[in-house]
Amino acid sequence: MKRGFSILAVVTALLLSFALYEALIGAPTERTMGDVQRIFYYHVPSAWTAFLLFLINFVASVVYLVRRSAEADIVALVSAEVGVVFCTVVLITGPIWARPVWGIWWTWDIRLTLTLVLWLIYVSYLVLRRFSTSSQTSLLAAVLAVFGALDVPLVYFSIWFFRTQHPSPVMGDGGSLDPRMLHVLLINWAAFLCLAWLVCWTRYRLEVLKREVEEAQAMESLLEPTR
Amino acid sequence: MSFFPITRATLMKDVRLEWRSKDAINAMLFFSLLVVVIFSFSFDPTAEESRRIAGGLVWVAFLFAAIVALNQTWARELRNQVLDAYRVSPAPANPLFLAKAFGNLIFVMVLEALMTPLFIVFYKLRALGPGWELIPVALLGTWALVVNGTFFAAVSLRTRSREIMLPLLLFPLSIPALLAMVNATTAILTGEQSPQFWIALLLAYDVVFTVACLLLFETVLEAE
Repeated sequence: MKRGFSILAVVTALLLSFALYEALIGAPTERTMGDVQRIFYYHVPSAWTAFLLFLINFVASVVYLVRRSAEADIVALVSAEVGVVFCTVVLITGPIWARPVWGIWWTWDIRLTLTLVLWLIYVSYLVLRRFSTSSQTSLLAAVLAVFGALDVPLVYFSIWFFRTQHPSPVMGDGGSLDPRMLHVLLINWAAFLCLAWLVCWTRYRLEVLKREVEEAQAMESLLEPTR
Repeated sequence: MSFFPITRATLMKDVRLEWRSKDAINAMLFFSLLVVVIFSFSFDPTAEESRRIAGGLVWVAFLFAAIVALNQTWARELRNQVLDAYRVSPAPANPLFLAKAFGNLIFVMVLEALMTPLFIVFYKLRALGPGWELIPVALLGTWALVVNGTFFAAVSLRTRSREIMLPLLLFPLSIPALLAMVNATTAILTGEQSPQFWIALLLAYDVVFTVACLLLFETVLEAE
């Protein structure tokens, strides 16, 4: 287990440095936008990673509601925390790119709004976990995660009405992306996924240890009531 | 006991309590009156401008005012351990939830009915679209706020500083509903578009979250 962790850490570091080189030097410069387009190699992989983590959070929350397993709860907590971090990166890099290219920092476009609302929902999820005094915080948090997931399609439809300004998705029917750019993008995504996996793993172990310590302390205070 | 007697008994009790104390309704009324007055003199809009901004203003005022009613929904039941008594009783959880949600619907609708004339006076409002359509928008929109609000008020009972927690949990989830209410109201007031899409969206929101609340309320009520 520990060995696997070290190997993953080394692989992540190598992959991240290679991805950085590729994004800044290896990838061709975009014809109309110039170098500012290179932020795309951080923006898009962060977004995909964040959405993946939110999906994991939703699945783990449903598993927790059904099975009440502590592992599912820790996975939900960890994926929400790391997901919020990646989502924050998306929300910061987006406007930095949008200002020179669109001439505005922010617009109420469908993907921007959806990302912002997801971020708000998951921040409220983390706030609930932090402020809860209940012994069943996990349960309340899982319920909130389910509500948040139900909210996503409704947010989508509420903005679907307006014309969308965001560049159309690069995968699928977009098709206009240079193959070399796609290559760099996928390398960056792989690096970001490794990083997310590494951070989640560390956080998972930390949370397991924290709960073990709390349990041991509770047991100790039960065994020695006089102290 | 079966479903409806419990709902009716709880609802009647809450309405009677509110009728005698008028705690929530007075606070809500005064709060939304302040919002109306402050925005009215800080913008001093013409009739044309206020048609565009009134939808947002009205619903923001009602949303914040509704928090008052929502916060006291369950807090009232904590005194003398009423909620614990309910939990150990064999009564199912959902009738209690529905009674509380209907109670809040009544309180907020009363507030809206009392505040609407003031909004009309201060903002010189006159709907250019079909004005009667504001009634389904108000009904569906208020239900959208109170159904999730009642649910998350029960969730926030189990947190520190619960009065602050409720808006933090409720507002992010309510964004699509708020967007629909505001846009439907603006569409009716300006008469430029049909509000039908937004009314359908509100209806979908109400159905989805009412079902979700009813499915998960028992879990939340039982959580210590």
